[in-house]
Amino acid sequence: MKHIVIASVLVVIVTVLVILGLTSVDLVPQLASEEGELVDQLFIWQVYVIAFIFSLIVVFVLYSAVVFRRRPGDDSDGEHVRGNVPLEIAWTIIPLIVVLGFGVVSARDLNDMMTSDPDQLVVEVTGFQFGWNFAYPQHDVTSSELYLPVGRQTLFRITSLDVIHSFWVPEFRIKQDAVPGRWTELMVTPSTTGDFRIRCAELCGYAHAAMYAPVVVVEPEDFEAWLTGQEVEVPGSGELTPAQQGEQLSQNSGCLSCHSVDGSAMVGPTWQGLYGSERQMSDGATVTADEEYLRTAILDPQSQIVEGFDPIMPAAYTGLSDEDLAAIIEYIKSLAP
Amino acid sequence: MTFLSLGLVRGLGAQIAGTAVGMLLVVVVRALMGLEAWAAEPALVVGAMLGTITFLIGVGSMNDWFKWAGGEETPMHHGPPKDQPAWIRYFNVDYNHRVIGVQYTVTAILLLIFGGALAMVFRVELAQAGRQVLGPALYNTMIGMHGFVMIGAILLGFAGLGNYLVPLLLGASDMAFPRLNAFAFWINVPASILLTASMFIGGWDTGWTAYPPLSVRAPLGMQLYFVSVFFIGISSILGAVNLITTILRMRAPGMTLFRMPIFAWGVLATSIISLTATQLIALSFVMVMMQRLLGMGFFDPAQGGNPILFQHLFWFYSHPAVYVFVLPGLGIISELLPVFSRKPLFGYKWVALSSIAIALAGFLVWAHHMFTSGMESFLRVPFMFTTLLVAVPTGVKFFSWVATMWGGKLTFPTPMLFVLGSLSVFLIGGLSGPPNGMVTTDLFLHDTYWIVGHFHATMFGGFVFPFFAALYFWFPKATGRMYNERLGKLHFWLVTPAFWVQSLGQMQVGLMGMRRRIVDYDAALGIDGGQMLVTIAGFVIAISTVIMIVNLVRSARRGEVAERNPWRSRSPEWQIPSPIPEVAYAEPFVVVGEPYDYGLPGSTYVQMGTAAASAGD
Repeated sequence: MKHIVIASVLVVIVTVLVILGLTSVDLVPQLASEEGELVDQLFIWQVYVIAFIFSLIVVFVLYSAVVFRRRPGDDSDGEHVRGNVPLEIAWTIIPLIVVLGFGVVSARDLNDMMTSDPDQLVVEVTGFQFGWNFAYPQHDVTSSELYLPVGRQTLFRITSLDVIHSFWVPEFRIKQDAVPGRWTELMVTPSTTGDFRIRCAELCGYAHAAMYAPVVVVEPEDFEAWLTGQEVEVPGSGELTPAQQGEQLSQNSGCLSCHSVDGSAMVGPTWQGLYGSERQMSDGATVTADEEYLRTAILDPQSQIVEGFDPIMPAAYTGLSDEDLAAIIEYIKSLAP
Repeated sequence: MTFLSLGLVRGLGAQIAGTAVGMLLVVVVRALMGLEAWAAEPALVVGAMLGTITFLIGVGSMNDWFKWAGGEETPMHHGPPKDQPAWIRYFNVDYNHRVIGVQYTVTAILLLIFGGALAMVFRVELAQAGRQVLGPALYNTMIGMHGFVMIGAILLGFAGLGNYLVPLLLGASDMAFPRLNAFAFWINVPASILLTASMFIGGWDTGWTAYPPLSVRAPLGMQLYFVSVFFIGISSILGAVNLITTILRMRAPGMTLFRMPIFAWGVLATSIISLTATQLIALSFVMVMMQRLLGMGFFDPAQGGNPILFQHLFWFYSHPAVYVFVLPGLGIISELLPVFSRKPLFGYKWVALSSIAIALAGFLVWAHHMFTSGMESFLRVPFMFTTLLVAVPTGVKFFSWVATMWGGKLTFPTPMLFVLGSLSVFLIGGLSGPPNGMVTTDLFLHDTYWIVGHFHATMFGGFVFPFFAALYFWFPKATGRMYNERLGKLHFWLVTPAFWVQSLGQMQVGLMGMRRRIVDYDAALGIDGGQMLVTIAGFVIAISTVIMIVNLVRSARRGEVAERNPWRSRSPEWQIPSPIPEVAYAEPFVVVGEPYDYGLPGSTYVQMGTAAASAGD
């Protein structure tokens, strides 16, 4: 009995220390959504219970290892105790109640997360290899950046053009897969303004790591201003130069997930200084990157592979119109030295 | 003795020939149909399948069955083949369960080394942000390979322990179906070759889960992966048939189910899952295979298919599979703790039944892998509750282990240290489970490195640490020599702290936003320190494993000669000589007491026949 008391006191002390230790470091990134508050709250309760059970087991095991170690010369056995039914029932029932209680809380939270406001903003999110597009059907706007008003619930209707992706902004906490051929839904109420990033959370191919899209949470009036700007810009896009159009297209089509424009090496070769340069191919040939080369490289990516890169670009861009293709090539040209 | 007297060599030759014939067959059929004769994918699939079958014929695993079909009797042969050195039986088809157990165990360790080496390469890549050594194509292939090679290693490691130990512990003369047993082992060899070969024909970029539509678009290596998983799965099913039959039908007189050594309960629970769920992963992969080969659009929305259907089929096996991995390991913990605590296993029946409870509950939880998948959203709640139920029998095991140690007389040789290491690592893995089981927190944690930390801790604590404990514990019985205690302790003191650092580091970077299966991460997450720590810890684990292998290989030849029962265990296999003679128990033993009645004066577990008791004296 003496041992039980000492060990129990140690369990309490260690639990407190573990909780203090865990809560003194940043466990999770910045929080930027109301739904995320529910997640963080439940998570911190879980951390408390985990800290307790961890301490309970570890203290009793280490205590046994020290206090009940065999002394030299002692060849006898321990106490002959086969079990204790009331104890077994207790440590079956108590954990059962605890986990079921947690389950009820989580189910209630889930219900809260899935309750929609009448005043929702609807955003249609389309994932593709390797990028994201956003449509605002209530406002007739499309964008490659996700602009959101702070404090207003947004209903994301999510789909994919090719394989499964997953829409995740760590600061919003919750995520939802994008599945080809169906719409999935996620509701998020941004709670702070700021710049964040969508990070695709479902392995979707070679450039999965680089499948980002910018998220900008702004004040409602700034959001309205942004929407107005977008609405004006769409019909006026004819005023853009071909290179500017190409820049937009390459953002919206996901080119820039794999090809940098600042010279840094990503999944594919950088576009900076590409046009007009001599390219060393993996089969040993040397090719000049002229318009014809770029056209082939986009439409039939496997035909020529640049030395040092993998043959992994999807042949997904054959659907680009000649005009769009020309615009993207103009954009690449504009990045020549 | 010639080179060809090695079954392995004959099998490999037959596999190459069979693969070539299979490929040629496809070419001929396509030419006759008026199609373009050469198509790499169908040729490869048919070649790989036929090659596996010809390997099994070439190695000789079906010889007796062919003879039976011809009406010829084949008496069971004991001992090494006539006029051949004894070691040769490990490279041939042999029906002795302990030979097969060693074959499984050694193959498992080889796979463990291979899978670990892959991990070391991509941990270098992930040690800091930016691209270091790997391109995305190789990286993606390597994480998928690491995943399944390790699963294979665990499945084979379990089969090794099961085959070696179950007949010994139960007093059975061998497994119920020795020929099926050998066949089940040898399938793994061509299958492992196919798995390795998949890396060299384009690899595959999907990870081991192979979700369509990505797996439908993946390179050629995907198909070899599917074929190899299919065959390793068959091995698993056949092994389960054998183990269940042996446990239910071949126990020594007096050994009721509740007097079995507790490890047998873990094996029984695991085998129930393997026997009934493995088909589902094979089915899901064959469906993708057919979609690729024949255009059957099971998972293609444009053809009325459904990508989420795949995930249901896949996880119906692949979740229970984790209990296939951990239940035998937890059985080892329960088996060894009483020996080194000198106390009965606390609550034997509760521990035994908790294994069965975990196995059965495991069938009802698969969709917790799919909380974010877009499946019917209300279904997430019942799956959350079934998942949380698994925590209860797992808790029973932990509390029973603690109570077993409490008030005992504990000693700490290497096997006991690894048991305690298992306990601590499995505790980390177990406690990080419920946050993923609850829907709302899982919406955050899913597909992050937190999950990577969680399941590596469960796999290591639940299987790899107990596997190491078992290797050290039964090493003197298997080889007749002791391992080196100092090297064993060095192994333990390196691997255990390193594994804590690795697990906690993985969870921490995951919480900060590190996703799974990415070749490069955003430096802005501020996790460089954590990533570097995980990589360093990984290398310490690798080095410690090398120390273990050196220790075991050297000790097998030059170690101190072992006593018959160095652990003072009550279990029957320790009452016979080490190494175990060809026929383990000259006469069947009789069970006269409880298995773990340490501390009860005058009690024994088994009564040996007179012949067995005198054999080694």
